[in-house]
Amino acid sequence: MIGGLFIYNHKGEVLISRVYRDDIGRHAVDAFRVNVIHARQQVRSPVTNIARTSFFHVKRSNIWLAAVTKQNVNAAMVFEFLYKMCDVMAAYFGKISEENIKNNFVLIYELLDEILDFGYPQNSETGALKTFITQQGIKGQHQTKEEQSQITSQVTGQIGWRREGIKYRRNELFLDVLESVNLLMSPQGQVLSAHVSGRVVMKSYLSGMPECKFGMNDKIVIDKAGKGGVTDDVAKSTTGKQSIAIDDCTFNQCVRLSKFDSERSISFIPPDGEYELMRYRTTKDIILPFRVIPLVREVGRTKLEVKVVIKSNFKPSLLAQKIEVRIPTPLNTSGVQVICMKGKAKYKASENAIVWKIKRMAGMKESQISAEIELLPTNDKKKWARPPISMNFEVPFAPSGLKVRYLKVFESKLNYSDHDVIKWVRYIGRSGIYETRC
Amino acid sequence: MTDSKYFTTTKKGEIFELKAELNSDKKEKKKEAVKKVIASMTVGKDVSALFPDVVNCMQTDNLELKKLVYLYLMNYAKSQPDMAIMAVNTFVKDCEDPNPLIRALAVRTMGCIRVDKITEYLCEPLRKCLKDEDPYVRKTAAVCVAKLHDINAQLVEDQGFLDTLKDLISDSNPMVVANAVAALSEIAESHPNSNLLDLNPQSINKLLTALNECTEWGQIFILDCLANYAPRDDRESQSICERVTPRLSHANSAVVLSAVKVLMKFMEMLPKDLDYYGTLLKKLAPPLVTLLSAEPELQYVALRNINLIVQKRPEILKHEMKVFFVKYNDPIYVKLEKLDIMIRLASQANIAQVLAELKEYATEVDVDFVRKAVRAIGRCAIKVEQSAERCVSTLLDLIQTKVNYVVQEAIVVIKDIFRKYPNKYESVIATLCENLDSLDEPEARAAMIWIVGEYAERIDNADELLESFLEGFHDESTQVQLQLLTAIVKLFLKKPTETQELVQQVLSLATQDSDNPDLRDRGYIYWRLLSTDPVAAKEVVLAEKPLISEETDLIEPTLLEELICHIGTLASVYHKPPSAFVEGSRGVMHKRLPARTGSGESTESPDVGTIAGGSGTETAPSIIPSQGDLLGDLLNLDLAPPTTTGPPPPTSGMQMGGMDLLGGGLDSLMGDESEPLGGDIGGSAAMGAGFGAVPAVMPASLNAPMGGGLGDLFDLGGGVGMPLGAYIPPKTVWLPAMKAKGLEISGTFARRAGVIQMELTLTNKAMSVMTDFAIQFNRNSFGLAPAGPLQVLSPLSPNQTIEVSLPLSTVGPVMKMEPLNNLQVAVKNNIDVFYFSCQYPISMLFVEDGKMERQVFLATWKDIPNENESQFQIKDCHLNSDAASNKLQASNIFTIAKRTVEGQDMLYMSIKLSNGIWVLAELRVQTGNPNYTISVKCRAPEVSQCVFQCCEAVLKN
Repeated sequence: MIGGLFIYNHKGEVLISRVYRDDIGRHAVDAFRVNVIHARQQVRSPVTNIARTSFFHVKRSNIWLAAVTKQNVNAAMVFEFLYKMCDVMAAYFGKISEENIKNNFVLIYELLDEILDFGYPQNSETGALKTFITQQGIKGQHQTKEEQSQITSQVTGQIGWRREGIKYRRNELFLDVLESVNLLMSPQGQVLSAHVSGRVVMKSYLSGMPECKFGMNDKIVIDKAGKGGVTDDVAKSTTGKQSIAIDDCTFNQCVRLSKFDSERSISFIPPDGEYELMRYRTTKDIILPFRVIPLVREVGRTKLEVKVVIKSNFKPSLLAQKIEVRIPTPLNTSGVQVICMKGKAKYKASENAIVWKIKRMAGMKESQISAEIELLPTNDKKKWARPPISMNFEVPFAPSGLKVRYLKVFESKLNYSDHDVIKWVRYIGRSGIYETRC
Repeated sequence: MTDSKYFTTTKKGEIFELKAELNSDKKEKKKEAVKKVIASMTVGKDVSALFPDVVNCMQTDNLELKKLVYLYLMNYAKSQPDMAIMAVNTFVKDCEDPNPLIRALAVRTMGCIRVDKITEYLCEPLRKCLKDEDPYVRKTAAVCVAKLHDINAQLVEDQGFLDTLKDLISDSNPMVVANAVAALSEIAESHPNSNLLDLNPQSINKLLTALNECTEWGQIFILDCLANYAPRDDRESQSICERVTPRLSHANSAVVLSAVKVLMKFMEMLPKDLDYYGTLLKKLAPPLVTLLSAEPELQYVALRNINLIVQKRPEILKHEMKVFFVKYNDPIYVKLEKLDIMIRLASQANIAQVLAELKEYATEVDVDFVRKAVRAIGRCAIKVEQSAERCVSTLLDLIQTKVNYVVQEAIVVIKDIFRKYPNKYESVIATLCENLDSLDEPEARAAMIWIVGEYAERIDNADELLESFLEGFHDESTQVQLQLLTAIVKLFLKKPTETQELVQQVLSLATQDSDNPDLRDRGYIYWRLLSTDPVAAKEVVLAEKPLISEETDLIEPTLLEELICHIGTLASVYHKPPSAFVEGSRGVMHKRLPARTGSGESTESPDVGTIAGGSGTETAPSIIPSQGDLLGDLLNLDLAPPTTTGPPPPTSGMQMGGMDLLGGGLDSLMGDESEPLGGDIGGSAAMGAGFGAVPAVMPASLNAPMGGGLGDLFDLGGGVGMPLGAYIPPKTVWLPAMKAKGLEISGTFARRAGVIQMELTLTNKAMSVMTDFAIQFNRNSFGLAPAGPLQVLSPLSPNQTIEVSLPLSTVGPVMKMEPLNNLQVAVKNNIDVFYFSCQYPISMLFVEDGKMERQVFLATWKDIPNENESQFQIKDCHLNSDAASNKLQASNIFTIAKRTVEGQDMLYMSIKLSNGIWVLAELRVQTGNPNYTISVKCRAPEVSQCVFQCCEAVLKN
């Protein structure tokens, strides 16, 4: 299991050092600094073995988190734990920075004592942790016996993510379907790979211990319902077309996985506040909101002509926002002239790219940029690698075609029904890695 | 909050100041001081001098302060054991506190203080906490047992904590169960033989129930523990798989990977024709792909594991090539791993896409990545023949870029392409020659020189090219020197008239001016060869080259199996067994995949083993004498001339056809090259119509105990009866006295009681005494290595002969030999070192548990592609099928089933080699016909020839 956990600043100075196992000595702290942080070259692996000691590291801004072990640990678990550790810290004091870590080092030690015991990760749900580890000193001195046992039962309980006795005057929930659409397109416009990775993020403000059931236009569910129902054809003609094939999905730990596996129904008792209910991935019938058509021409050795057309491909009534096209330029660029029909374009020498920004663009429209790039003559034999043109945008629909069909709330003990809950649903499609090779 | 100020105190005399503050009366000041101490401790300052002062702060009702003091204690208690005792009382008191959080804190911290005196006091509180009413305390106490075990294992056993811990597996709280499982698993690792976890269907059921309810981390502990369980049969393994599959949808990648590990392992036991097997395969792909959308570090772990999974079960991800395409912004470690998997998944179906991608990657920035991409293009050419041409033209395009390392890498892979497809792409040689000057890496230079030498007759100025390399001969690396030497000799053999001077030059450079023994040896060999017998030289130097394999960097199968059992862990990231990077006893135990067992067989049909067991004692004596006779025969044979083990005359198609007709022709009618056995059992409609009764009879004859239970008795006989009968070839002279300064070695190989032995006869034909014998093997196909030193105790005086038997192991280094069963041996004595090579009968490697289950046999026979089947004839053998079966069985060639079709006996046999390779064979014996036909099927078709030779040798002796 994890033998120790260290946090370093960018210089390699230790900010936090907690050793869980006897086989990890003080020198391990230095070994990582010398061999990884101070190493000149790029990181070649997130797992490093130095003198029979394995170091797992992740970086958040300029902070290094490293877990150390001498055993054959579950590597996936160690990384999951490091990410979780970052989440927990962020939930307590915001951004992970040297400043914040130094300011909260006592708290971090306390957390590390709680969520990692002898190197074994323990309950690390912030909801539960915040009931007894707080920034204002520790609760506990003045708790009643009931409060104490409530804490321990939540920390160890089956529903570790929610405490009992939550009350809201207004029961409300917000559902965000957040999708990032990823594309890799060849210069000829052929889709090399495309997928949507989506997340359903929920903010719930519900009283008691509500039982929720979430439904979407999942092809398997709809086909199944269609077969069973009397109005077979009707169901297919109305909903069958709009159903989507989900390649795979993963759920928050509150979702009953065995139920999903057997019935494909998503039921759960939600945590309080904001959390990610599920993640999913689709690859079929994706709506690609934009198409990028590049044209790069080399005029002699010192000039490049670039023309890029973007086409929006969705309902004309919808508006895409925060559109940004990034056209890479060679390292030996000396000057750039840009003309664009819409938005603003600028050559950013520090980023080696022309950045073209458009605030809004409706569906089924087209826009164009052309640029002349002057190059310094070089005797460098190596050709310019021509990085792909990348794009950023935000659209108010789900490119996968996912639709929320229902989210039902049942709370048998308290006096409110599904109808009393105010529900909000929002779809946002963003660009993930949306690249066109040129 | 401004705690960061604690990090900045660097004044001199601060320890003194801190001491004062720690002893202050004001609580706030105390707390501040302790924080400063902890901050100093973190940055590595030694604050152990403050030990008594800090411990004094321990008795407080301020929980925050208490935790800080505990943190300090954990760090320094070991260096101040006597002082640490001061803290014991507080711990013991805290363990009784009404607040469960404080009870847990105390027991947790106490376990981290590694001081013997403290651990003594820990036992009582720990015992109470393990039975605490609060689950939070119990789950903490469970881990504490593991801590205590790490400090003093004996104490934990003596105090009976292990039993209490086992009881916690049935706890009502899932988190307590999970922690107990984690603790027990860890403790069990240091007692490999104890039955600590005692996994049985009941406890497995409890774990599977807890799996649904506990935290993500707990699920990982439980899944990792489950993976160590060996289900009794395929049904149990299926039901566990069914309950584990929902975990594949968990958001935590580690849960997913651990579930994959359990499934990959238990799947091994499921029959491949089961519907569920196919369903499971399909279910595995999506979650593996999803792992690739995780953060890069996890992607890396996932990719390293996928690399293993793809090697073990390529069918899972064969359609998912696209997801492994490299993204521009992927970190380099992700890129390199993806590329590796792309090559493994490349097939005819997707090769066009793959090549287009690879070409794209070859223009990237990172040198390692570009090199690997270029190399990958070459691998594709070798792997997918249809794409070879396109690959070559892509490589030529890349050479045109003139980027130095791209060119060099391309030349290295083109060399391999030439080897694989000789005389096909030589038109590109001209282009390659243009780039001769830019090559500065040894590997590329050596490759280029090889190409020039190999195709010297097509390159007009080959002599000039090679001569240009010769100028700086001594500055080249060994690789290049050796290659240059060989290339020039090749050139000389092809164009002897013009290149005599050149060859003289290189030979003298290699032999006279070089200090490198390899180079000198090779030089001398060539020199002598060329001067004594140029024709022989031509045959040696320009001999046909062995084929190069399609797959590279494949992990060796046994290692792969072990790594599959470690999916998700560091071992799977390093692709090394845990013993390679873990110190001490932990994790050194080798894990293996479970063997496939059919529950259907053991429950439905009468258990063959038990039947044989019942009558075993009575029948056994009647068999052993017969084996004794056999042994007698063999001993008599010793005097006979050595049997030839050369390849048999190739059997012509005509002969085979004749044979089939004679043999009732059943197989030829069924489509001869298809699987006769599988076809029968399958009972396909067409065949059923044609042969009426035959398919119906088959299953019955397969299930009935065959050969009057004789075969099974051999199983029972174990190591006692069997080895006596195993075939041992007579001794032959391996090293004549003339060549070894008077030492003559003759020998043979035998397998006795499961141990392979090399039986040597050493004769001293020299005039002086020989002493200090030692033996060593070169790497060989099956990893044979001496298991001990060569036991020649007394000096060997002139004309004395001794017999030595040397036990061999099969765990030595492996290298494929030609022929497969060739063994190169070096024997040393006080006079010199002598080398010889000998061939061992492959039957030495047939292990005793080589009897395959019938169903598995059927499935395997079907599973092995037909092109791996080879047929041989054994002539002049006058045994009936039962006698043949017995004889073969004695050499661990097990008859699984026998059936008789129109006077022709078919014996179905299985053999397992020491390296785990299974060989299946079908022997057809026709009464009255002395010629047998044997068909051998194996996943590694190379061994077929050797196996056949063995069968022949066994049957004829």
